[in-house]
Amino acid sequence: MTNKSPKVALFITCLGDQFYPQVGESVVRILRRVGATVTFNPQQTCCGQPAFNTGYRDEARQVAVRNLDLFEDADYVVAPSGSCSTMFRVFYPELFAEEPELLQKVERLRARFYEFSEFLVKVMKTEDVGASFPHRVAYHDSCHLLRELGIETEPRKLIKAVKGLELVDLQDNQVCCGFGGTFSVKFPDVSVAMARDKLRAAADCGAEYLVANDAGCLMHLAGYIHRERLPIQTLHLAELLEKHE
Amino acid sequence: MSETGVHSSAIHERAKEAIGDAHLQEAYRSSTLRLYSHRLSAINQVPGFEPLRERARELKREVMDHLDYYLAQFADSVEREGGKVHWARTAEEACTIVKDIVKSAGAREVVKSKSMVGEEIELNHALEAAGIDPVETDLGEMIVQLSGERPAHIVAPAIHKTRHDVSDLFVEKLHSKRTEDPGQLTAIARKTLREIFARAGVGVSGANFAVAETGSIVTIENEGNIRLCTTAPRVHVALVGIEKIIPRLLDLGVFLRLLGRSATGQKLTSYTSILTGPRRPGEDGPDEMHIVLIDNGRTGTLADEKMREALYCIRCGACLNTCPVYRKIGGHAYGWVYSGPIGALITPQFVGLDQARELPFASSLCGACREVCPVKINIPDLLLHLRGNVQERVPETPQAGEVVSERKGMRLWAWAMKRPWVYSLGGAAVRFGIRWLPSAGGHGAQKWIARLPFYPFSNWTRGRDFPAPDSVPFRKRWKKLSS
Repeated sequence: MTNKSPKVALFITCLGDQFYPQVGESVVRILRRVGATVTFNPQQTCCGQPAFNTGYRDEARQVAVRNLDLFEDADYVVAPSGSCSTMFRVFYPELFAEEPELLQKVERLRARFYEFSEFLVKVMKTEDVGASFPHRVAYHDSCHLLRELGIETEPRKLIKAVKGLELVDLQDNQVCCGFGGTFSVKFPDVSVAMARDKLRAAADCGAEYLVANDAGCLMHLAGYIHRERLPIQTLHLAELLEKHE
Repeated sequence: MSETGVHSSAIHERAKEAIGDAHLQEAYRSSTLRLYSHRLSAINQVPGFEPLRERARELKREVMDHLDYYLAQFADSVEREGGKVHWARTAEEACTIVKDIVKSAGAREVVKSKSMVGEEIELNHALEAAGIDPVETDLGEMIVQLSGERPAHIVAPAIHKTRHDVSDLFVEKLHSKRTEDPGQLTAIARKTLREIFARAGVGVSGANFAVAETGSIVTIENEGNIRLCTTAPRVHVALVGIEKIIPRLLDLGVFLRLLGRSATGQKLTSYTSILTGPRRPGEDGPDEMHIVLIDNGRTGTLADEKMREALYCIRCGACLNTCPVYRKIGGHAYGWVYSGPIGALITPQFVGLDQARELPFASSLCGACREVCPVKINIPDLLLHLRGNVQERVPETPQAGEVVSERKGMRLWAWAMKRPWVYSLGGAAVRFGIRWLPSAGGHGAQKWIARLPFYPFSNWTRGRDFPAPDSVPFRKRWKKLSS
């Protein structure tokens, strides 16, 4: 890396855009703080996952193909989501497997595509972004982040560097929370039962906050927390890293 | 008698029932966790477990890519050793073959050791219809047979039963004295079974592996009932799915080291038997050995290059034990004999996509199954592939409260997502529309919706509140951020 500040194009996921815009703002401020130049192209919408996940390959492909053009000129593309990053890095190659020209574009894009925590730790070589948060926090490994991208240590390094924070041991932290995209509405009872288990584990370890890296997991868990009035709150990692208490 | 088992696509109803059954939840939770943690400690003792998985996968790939060759070699080897090979294209053909063998042996009673392919072809049903009495001799299988159920797990058929359940069952069906001591319960089962072993004319087994080079079948077990089934009766019939072939006896070591550890966390099970042909002079064992090679949908899977990998499965059940969905809904909810992630994958292959169109969706795609699979089957990826096949080939059935079909909804979605202005307009319309939806209150900036209209969104709010979209989306905030 030269002295030039790396140019980062944001992929703000559709859930992030519509439901959690403050997460995107935190991402922008943190990336700037560590020395990146941030851009956002408002032509972007969704990565295509809802359709791909549900078996509508053609619809997913139509949406995905736009994204290949949107991020041509950035040094890096960064998304605050494990599952959308997985869509770009793991599923796009499958989606375009039989179209060599597009596949080349996919390869160029995925080589520059990073999930937010991974980008901070691996590319920017930063763990401490100057946050302080004197609370008991549990970290939930989002499945795509963990098993498709293998990102396990990076978020933990960032969390441990937050001053005053106590990272508690969440039992079964690698068990799915039950969101699973359209699974959450196709199998609502199972999905909710899985959330119940996850939040019971979080209560057992005395966490005040449950942190994850995916808006999907958080929306699902927070929805259950709110319905049941549970004494715990959810936070996206990027929000946590901006805390100053 | 409850009908808990095969032939049902009613996965949602069964799942809901299972989740509401505290007794069942506890049985599944404790058993799967125990098996899962045993597996973990067993694999941690093997240096080079990863290369071993890789090797097993290579071997399976080799067999599946040349299955015709290895099957022919296996059949030749069996006949060279004095066994008889039968080929069954369908479940019905397989059952007819077994019935004919039993009849020509003049037997009215058959002892069976646990066999998933036996469950798959519903052999017991067919035998009973022909006036033959099949007796399951694996303890777990015996329990589910007495209950009139189907196995709830590939490896542990009675995983859903507690000691207390088994005690009740034995009192009712075997008129035994009430006890909850596992040792005494086993003794009751053993006493009942020994008498039957002594008089049965035919023993039916499955096979964990079939060795092409030697014509042997390999069975692994802890109870010893397979040994009795395959040696005590005069005639032995082995049911073998055609994917069970391994090339050489030498390769067995790879699979044995993986299977026990993945299934129950054992280094090896108590018994491993390698059976090659019928009894020779001076030996114990059956006079006749029949091997029924069963296709029943497998060549269809083989023909699909992507799905072929599903046939690598060695039926260890590790994916069931780790799967958060299986842990919640249990084996019977899946509706057919193979449950869990691997069942969701192979059942539609065997019974047809139209019969089991829900199964590929019964997964959150978390990938825990792939992590534990000893032959590294990419289960979530294959489920995604199957989902694509479902949407292309099997028309969906409209759901109650559905205004737009899923297919049309997805088309509309794709149309909007390709047009950022439509996407933004849609977001604004939703923001405007939600003011008429029942609020679930909220604190600070976040407002919550208690009930969403229209399927499938209405499903979200069955057990969770739904967040109202933020009044200012990120794309609007960006202007301020970038100025």
